[in-house]
Amino acid sequence: MTQGAAPAVARHHHRAGGAPPPEPSRPTAAKARPRRWKPLLFCAPFIVLFAATYVAPISYAAGSSLFTLHRSGLGLTAPSEVFDPLGNYDRAIHDGGFTASLGRIALFGVVQVPLMLVLALVLALLIDSRSTRGRSFFRLSSFLPYAIPGVSAALVWSFMYSSQSSPINRLLEPLGVAIPFFDHDVVLWSVANVVTWSWAGYNMIIIYAALQAIPAELLEAARMDGASAFRIAWSIKIPAVRGALVLTAVFSLIGSAQLFNEPAVLQPVSDGSVSSSFTPIMSAQSALAAGNYHYAAAQSVLLAVLVGAVSFVFFRLTNRGEQG
Amino acid sequence: MMAVTAEKPLIRSRRDTSPASRGTVMALLGLSAFYFLFPLWWLLVSATKPFGEQFSGTGLWFDGWGLFDNIARLSSQDGGIFWRWMLNSVLYCGVGALLGTAFSALTGYALAKYDFPGRGALFGVVLAAVLVPKVLFTLPLYLMFSEVHLIDNPLAVLLPSVVSPFGVYLSRVFAAQSVPDEVLEAGRLDGAGEFRIFGTIGVRMMLPALVTIFLFQFVEIWNNYLLPVMVLGDDRLQPVTVGLAGWNASHVAVPPPLVVVGSLVSVVPLLIAFLALQRFWRAGMTAGAVK
Repeated sequence: MTQGAAPAVARHHHRAGGAPPPEPSRPTAAKARPRRWKPLLFCAPFIVLFAATYVAPISYAAGSSLFTLHRSGLGLTAPSEVFDPLGNYDRAIHDGGFTASLGRIALFGVVQVPLMLVLALVLALLIDSRSTRGRSFFRLSSFLPYAIPGVSAALVWSFMYSSQSSPINRLLEPLGVAIPFFDHDVVLWSVANVVTWSWAGYNMIIIYAALQAIPAELLEAARMDGASAFRIAWSIKIPAVRGALVLTAVFSLIGSAQLFNEPAVLQPVSDGSVSSSFTPIMSAQSALAAGNYHYAAAQSVLLAVLVGAVSFVFFRLTNRGEQG
Repeated sequence: MMAVTAEKPLIRSRRDTSPASRGTVMALLGLSAFYFLFPLWWLLVSATKPFGEQFSGTGLWFDGWGLFDNIARLSSQDGGIFWRWMLNSVLYCGVGALLGTAFSALTGYALAKYDFPGRGALFGVVLAAVLVPKVLFTLPLYLMFSEVHLIDNPLAVLLPSVVSPFGVYLSRVFAAQSVPDEVLEAGRLDGAGEFRIFGTIGVRMMLPALVTIFLFQFVEIWNNYLLPVMVLGDDRLQPVTVGLAGWNASHVAVPPPLVVVGSLVSVVPLLIAFLALQRFWRAGMTAGAVK
């Protein structure tokens, strides 16, 4: 069993789209014949650009977030910048729109991620099932949406959801059902559906790869013992892909935190149910649009720190789990 | 049937499932395929309908033919700006992914093959950067770029796009796998310099991996919507995703059918590339499993 799980994790570790493993970095050999500093020249272009586009902007934003704008009594003079290290952060914590957006993506993550992964797991098990014909067709059809950019996927779904001409509601018409995709209580799940459509197949491929790594003899032996397909799936296959599931979950949760493309594309056609502070990034963007750079900077820094801390904790936990 | 299965045990082992289980599994898979393919099928069918008919009916089947007329209208809207957007997308993604792959390859190769001061720290930073998505750095980038007057400049999109921590990570994995130390040692004995060894031996051995890195980065840049939205105000500099989303947002000014046709035209090249290069995708997703 543990042997089955190990390759699954190994495979999963190297998934794409922002999903690396916290693998300890060990020199693979080639004991330094060249001068010790020379390899840094290889890394120089990356290091310089990384500093310029990751380190510098986040430092700049962190610095900027320490200032607030102060308007004099009547607002006759230009507002002045005042050093007020906690001012913007204090404001963010008490900003109903911003905290609501954090709550919204937390809810999104807690509901959408498990649903998507259950769908991905069931698909992987079905495609892996011995009853299946046309494996490659089904594998490809669920993976195909991944090839569609998030914005294009959201555009296509905005047509699917359109209140006047939704083809989905036209199909449901004989049943007397019409889904109000842009209702205030529904719209978050309409967004979740777009994300699920885009990523379920991608996660399925990773889980499927882990399933393929289960030794055939093990499955054959279980079958000889008379275990049913369900029993084999539940007691052998699912435990074997546990590592893959944990890691896809962590990366999908990180993905939820940066939710932007789908709600931003749906916003103009949503009849106002997608607000301008629907997600934390949209909230920071509207602070920016209102001209409050310092406040936007504080929101961005808060979000980056939150995501960084959450993924760090998750990786610590999951790593310990795998090694133990 | 029995005779056949008895003679060919291989086939028998595939057919020993009950019709009921086959029926259930195929029905569920059929349902999922409908879910995944219907929006794309609708897009294809609708784009071929005569102009203005895009939103009529369920879009399950073709109804009249207007694809070429639709593309002609798309091409003439706003002075043909759609193709300019497509060209921008290809340029940003092509140049960004090409430079990004080169820099990632150099860095990943050095991380895998050399020991140098700060090596562990650099790899740690790369991993941390993969964990915190790029999108979260976009607003800070905007703030910084507006300070140095780099807004409305293609460089504001290109510079951040070239940096790919995930590409470095993949490249390190691939270099460790596919470039044997003995070959490098042999090169050194022949008196070749380190850069020469990388350029001739390293790059050649890592080539399939570099294609994978290029693909991932190309798509990552194409997918990045927030960055161009923030840093490019000028219509003529925007990539096609931003342009189309803008048309969709102003649906009175630009007829919605054009957004449908534009969406199809903009994803077709990606779909073709995706289908043609499938094995490179899987290589990236399961990298390291090969050992």
